[in-house]
Amino acid sequence: MLEDKDRIFTNLYGLHDWRLEAAKKRGAWNGTADLIRMGHDWIIQQVKDSGLRGRGGAGFPTGLKWSFMPKEIGERPHYLVVNADESEPGTCKDREMMRHDPHLFIEGCLIASYAMKAHACYIYIRGEYIDERNNLQAAIDEAYEVGLLGKNAAGSGWDFDCYVSHGAGAYICGEETALLESLEGKKGQPRLKPPFPAGAGLYGCPTTVNNVESIAVVPTILRRGADWFTKFGRDNNHGTKVFCISGHVERPCNVEEAMSIPLKTLINTHCGGVIGGWDNLKAIIPGGSSVPCLPQDICDDILMDFDALRDAKSGLGTAAVIVMDKSTDIVKAIARISYFYKHESCGQCTPCREGTGWMWRVLERMAIGDSTTEEIDKLLDVAGQVEGHTICALGDAAAWPVQGLIRHFRPEIEERINIYRNDRPHVAVGAVAAE
Amino acid sequence: MAVRRPAKNQPQSFEWTPENKAWCETQIKKFPESRQASAVIPLLWRGQKQEGWISIPMMEAIAEQLGMPYIRVYEVVTFYTMFNMAPVGEFFVQLCGTTPCMLRGSNELREVCKRVIGPESSVSDDGKFSWLEVECLGACCNAPMAQISTSESDHYYEDLTPENFEQLLADLRAGKEVKAGTQNPKRHTSDPEGENTTLTDPSLYDGSAAKPLDVIPNSQPAPAE
Repeated sequence: MLEDKDRIFTNLYGLHDWRLEAAKKRGAWNGTADLIRMGHDWIIQQVKDSGLRGRGGAGFPTGLKWSFMPKEIGERPHYLVVNADESEPGTCKDREMMRHDPHLFIEGCLIASYAMKAHACYIYIRGEYIDERNNLQAAIDEAYEVGLLGKNAAGSGWDFDCYVSHGAGAYICGEETALLESLEGKKGQPRLKPPFPAGAGLYGCPTTVNNVESIAVVPTILRRGADWFTKFGRDNNHGTKVFCISGHVERPCNVEEAMSIPLKTLINTHCGGVIGGWDNLKAIIPGGSSVPCLPQDICDDILMDFDALRDAKSGLGTAAVIVMDKSTDIVKAIARISYFYKHESCGQCTPCREGTGWMWRVLERMAIGDSTTEEIDKLLDVAGQVEGHTICALGDAAAWPVQGLIRHFRPEIEERINIYRNDRPHVAVGAVAAE
Repeated sequence: MAVRRPAKNQPQSFEWTPENKAWCETQIKKFPESRQASAVIPLLWRGQKQEGWISIPMMEAIAEQLGMPYIRVYEVVTFYTMFNMAPVGEFFVQLCGTTPCMLRGSNELREVCKRVIGPESSVSDDGKFSWLEVECLGACCNAPMAQISTSESDHYYEDLTPENFEQLLADLRAGKEVKAGTQNPKRHTSDPEGENTTLTDPSLYDGSAAKPLDVIPNSQPAPAE
């Protein structure tokens, strides 16, 4: 269990003042210039040594990502773009960091930008987070006023500007290249990769896109040492992590814990347990809506980290734990997720544009049993056609929850179909599965 | 994807208020020269705050202001769902219906909206309200929730129940002050209800974390020049 002294986000709940003076008292902006004077390579090496993996969902090693940026500034400027388009259903952690601990985050923007030789950083925050955006902007204004940002930022010798921009309600803009498109003033449709953003990102310039949490933890890692961070979590899964636990628990909450904490401990310690007790658990979605759900027997002893959840054919994603107790209509719950992906598909790739709607319509019918057992296989087949056949991962994200549902709850779907058919003398199923 | 089209009845013209016009300049300045199109979303949002919704004359004016073809602005407006292409109520209720909120009762809140306000996406007779079910608003630990927008603010209202939600709508209609954020008196923000399990150590807040660093960890050998 993580102790308070090892928590990075000490104002996660906004119980204390978020403004500069109070944030400094909690340790933000402490020795920033000294850290920066250690040099670009030192910072990147520390982040590598800390084992920090991206907190936005994919879990790519952050230090390694930074090292992909060109070593020297060429003709084109470098940019850091922070992905604050937190939209993955179940996830509400970056919001708390931006409105309650904005200075820790802004300090991280400076250090990360310096490490990658960027003089400018754009923070792209989701359009709906308006109060959060206002707090963040106010914190940036405060930082400019006292010279923590701007020319010779924080006395480090590095000139640095930090700007807030925003979206307007499009989940897809959380995909890094769609985000860049949106930041350039276009509709958010993902770009083909390569070229990767480190080669040609914002305005065609070398760009790194990082999640808010990945950036906000960096100053503390440097101050306390990479080896401090690696004390938490299993090998390859180090550090602390803010978990967002929602759904059927007694006390839903955000909480910062050590990586690799057992799911059951996480829920029982911080959330007052599953409503009706652990045995009333039906399933959890461990990492935001795009990862496959896990049934209770796997939940009993699963660890919350990238590798353990991958081995269980799911994922840590954003560490947004959605808990479903036995009162849940699991087919309906996944159908609602499918509706989400249908709604949020940008329409660029046919498998996703057509497949997300198709999967949703079939699942809505399956939720009432109006289907056939053969159609379950058809649904799996379609999910497989969507997965891996689109420019970005939204197609995968739409397919995985469906695959997870069928993997773990197929008998329940079949039973529902049988009950539905039992009640009717003849059920006609059209040649076209859904329209 | 959803079909989004401009409203039938359009105003004749659009003009920024002087304050907003000046604000636009501050946004455009955030971006490099010749990249002013980057400011299109912030400008459209400001325009929507000014007028309540986005009209064709507004899109035309912003296109001209940013040196963009009109169709590129139109494309952006129809793509992003926060842009209202038709007028909304004085209080615009966006109810989250995605799975984390659904699990905690957003379906019942939808019924409240229907009963108190009326059909989805239509403005109530008194012009006070309209409502829309939206996708995940990112406050899942405080589900179910809604964002209620006025010309002044766009606050989140969290930990809703059919009862406190109906009361909230009634208070708004009556012009009373309402509390934004969680409606659960035992919560502050996204902390667990009741006693917190973390962040209770007073030494986190006594200034000891601000003590200058004696030595930077892993700083040996000496910093590279």
